Amino acid sequence: MRMKLSGAAWLAAAASVSLLPASGDAAATASQPRVHTIVMANMRFGPVPGNVRVGDVVVWVNRDVVPHTATARNGAFDVNLAARQSSRMAVTRSGTFVFYCRFHPGMTGTLPIAR
Amino acid sequence: MARTFALLAAVALMTLPLPAGAHETEINDAQIAHVAYTAGALDVEAARQALARSRNAEVRAFAETMLRDHQAVNEQALALLRRLGVTPEAHATSAALTAEAEQESRRLASLDGPAFDRAYAEREAAYHAAVNQALRTTLIPSAHNPELKSLLEQGLALFTAHQEHAEMLARGLR
Repeated sequence: MRMKLSGAAWLAAAASVSLLPASGDAAATASQPRVHTIVMANMRFGPVPGNVRVGDVVVWVNRDVVPHTATARNGAFDVNLAARQSSRMAVTRSGTFVFYCRFHPGMTGTLPIAR
Repeated sequence: MARTFALLAAVALMTLPLPAGAHETEINDAQIAHVAYTAGALDVEAARQALARSRNAEVRAFAETMLRDHQAVNEQALALLRRLGVTPEAHATSAALTAEAEQESRRLASLDGPAFDRAYAEREAAYHAAVNQALRTTLIPSAHNPELKSLLEQGLALFTAHQEHAEMLARGLR
């Protein structure tokens, strides 16, 4: 568990999502949050899903040989990822979150979250 | 500037076009690994010097990233070489890069405060640019082992990000 909660602590504990399916499924029932993946590779954030909603889970995957972070500019989240590790983040707040890697500030992205 | 010339001269050792058929002068995988490892290790030393001398938070954060990233890549390189049973082989470029870095280290050691910070950031931008040029034009195209080539390509993506970070840092310190 490498996820660090910060700000308003809008992220639920990873334990709460430990029984989720391995991949996203739009047909999942209301009790099963959808899982979205954002990959970091070759010093870039990959495509960001545009259909994330409150209650879903975002899995950050670091495929690089160096550590990264996924850090919201507004402090809402700060996920630390060692080399070739992933981390799950439960989403509990809507909004548009601009994020970056604290170690490599050229790595940026925007994550929109609907209610 | 003399230091820029020295750095470019070191890289030029690898980037001069080879005469047709001069295969014996091509750089081999063991030498490529030595050059790449040396380039990373020299930047780790530069980062240690910055952490010992600078009190600027942004400069220190950048140096910590250089330390963390170059150590990580070099650990990967060593693991790969062990797996392949390859022993790195000294190459003139490694020696030239080392001599140039020692000269730069002595120059930076004579500076303090904002003057050191600016010089370190500018040096890092130039150093990564030169190493990236070598990776792009010589080391990656010359590598035969696909795993070594892949690691060098990952290195190029990483060091390009470092170069951009250093350039941004240097601009902010002017």
